[in-house]
Amino acid sequence: MLTTTAARIALKTRPLAQRFYATAAGANALLFVEHKDGAIGGATLNALTAASKLGGSVTALVAGDAPESVAKEIAKYAGVSKVITASDAAYAKALPEDVAPLLVELQKKYNFTHLIAGHTAVGKNIMPRAAALMDVAAVSDITGVEGDDTFVRPIYAGNAIATVKSKDGVKVITVRGTAFEAAQASGDGSVEQEAAPEAEKPAMTQWLSEEIQKSDRPDLGSARRVISGGRGMKNGDNFKLLYALADKMNAAVGASRAAVDAGFVDNSLQVGQTGKIVAPELYIAVGISGAIQHLAGMKDSKVIVAINKDADAPIFQVADYGLVDDLFKAVPELTEKL
Amino acid sequence: MSKSLRIFVPVKRVIDFAVKVRVNAAKTDVDRNVKHSMNPFDEIAVEEAIRIKEKQKTTEVVAISCGSAKAQETLRTALAMGADSAVHVEVKDDSTLQPLAVAKLLKAYAEKQEKKPDLFILGKQAIDDDSNQTGQMLAGLLKWPQTTFASKVEIENESLKVTREVDGGLETIATKLPAVITTDLRLNEPRYASLPNIMKAKKKPIVKITPEELGVDISPRIETLKVEEPAKRSGGSKVESVDDLVNKLKSEAKVL
Repeated sequence: MLTTTAARIALKTRPLAQRFYATAAGANALLFVEHKDGAIGGATLNALTAASKLGGSVTALVAGDAPESVAKEIAKYAGVSKVITASDAAYAKALPEDVAPLLVELQKKYNFTHLIAGHTAVGKNIMPRAAALMDVAAVSDITGVEGDDTFVRPIYAGNAIATVKSKDGVKVITVRGTAFEAAQASGDGSVEQEAAPEAEKPAMTQWLSEEIQKSDRPDLGSARRVISGGRGMKNGDNFKLLYALADKMNAAVGASRAAVDAGFVDNSLQVGQTGKIVAPELYIAVGISGAIQHLAGMKDSKVIVAINKDADAPIFQVADYGLVDDLFKAVPELTEKL
Repeated sequence: MSKSLRIFVPVKRVIDFAVKVRVNAAKTDVDRNVKHSMNPFDEIAVEEAIRIKEKQKTTEVVAISCGSAKAQETLRTALAMGADSAVHVEVKDDSTLQPLAVAKLLKAYAEKQEKKPDLFILGKQAIDDDSNQTGQMLAGLLKWPQTTFASKVEIENESLKVTREVDGGLETIATKLPAVITTDLRLNEPRYASLPNIMKAKKKPIVKITPEELGVDISPRIETLKVEEPAKRSGGSKVESVDDLVNKLKSEAKVL
């Protein structure tokens, strides 16, 4: 009797649910939460927005040696319906050899339809390995969600936009942070919490050290304003001009590959196809010619300003406002006048 | 370094990095009738393998490419740079060859060898599909450690130490061979092949094999529904002075 009642309810409710979630009846997504020093980062909150667009539930995974505080934090975000914590020293540095098998175990246990992370150094490192272990394709760096199996992603350094459909049962996705708004904290964090099942930890690699560039300026990937310098800066010392302007505008400082290769600044500041992708409200390109590979990293900025003494530089073709002038004169003047 | 290493370097033929790609009329792909060359990250991978060989003479470097008949040009380039031999996994239509399939082909080929590779060095991403997946997938399938986005590689006996480019800076990890490395731009400056070396490369062997012989299903898991031009930015204007610029940013663009 009980079973027939349950069956009848199921029959009644299922079409309704399908109507509400026309594109994704029963999407059951796992969000990999990237975190460092107790703070959520790595485009996780943007990936959460992308995950929410699938229309189903989103479970957040926080793995680390002490994941509790981050788990508490992510639980407050709208769209997160459950938080899974995996507490083990093996997960402290997000080494893919250990984290990927954890994702596989979780997928088996909870039957997730989507595994989602930010398209960051950490996300790029882990997600394809996890996908291969599950024998499914991965979809990198998505900028749009068209349905539960259809995604938009840039190819050829952003010079073409592909709409792709995954035929696999499990979709492994990394999300371009700048293409989605960051999710907002709204709740009190009172969602279900569970501990992750035990997974294989092959511990094949050993984390030795890191050298992280310390800066008081906003993070390049998420800053609202970015000022970048290129080869035209001539040397590393001259970047002080950009730092002065950046401090006045509360902007992050970036660089072209030419500036990084010439040793002017650290390579973590590189904006482009192979560096950071940024999409701030204001991007000021100083002494940057505008090669395809650089444009790939910044052409979705809302307003682009170019300062270059070469009036024919390709950067002027994408700049909303171009100033043909010597940067060594124009930048200090701009700093002065703000 | 005392052990003689066997290094496999997968290389991909892609549209040259300097070409401005155009979407085809049918909006199914980009126009491929343009200059192609070796994927820049793969040149760095070949260079790194050769540098290891220069320090440890008994090292063997094998370049591998999965693709159409034209992939052989790319293999010849790798041979001219200094690879010892090459393997061409011939695929009739490589436009739908995807990272998972390539990773499986590479794994199957490695496992078929009597003398197994100790190291795979790949580029971190191909500049056409921008996936950044194949190395990680290969490492996962082989159950080997992965050291991705490498900007410095140190090998001593069976130990590997790699400095990686991560968000915000660098990270150093250590592991044991066999392993998979993917290269970042800063790893090295690839050499140009000299004319004598290009001539010599013509005599070096290229082994041919097919996905069928390797027993790998390469059918695509991802279908491309359409390919479009990105949204064009509306043409901007030039300003006359810094004052003009500040005014426009304040009143017109309202970003200051």
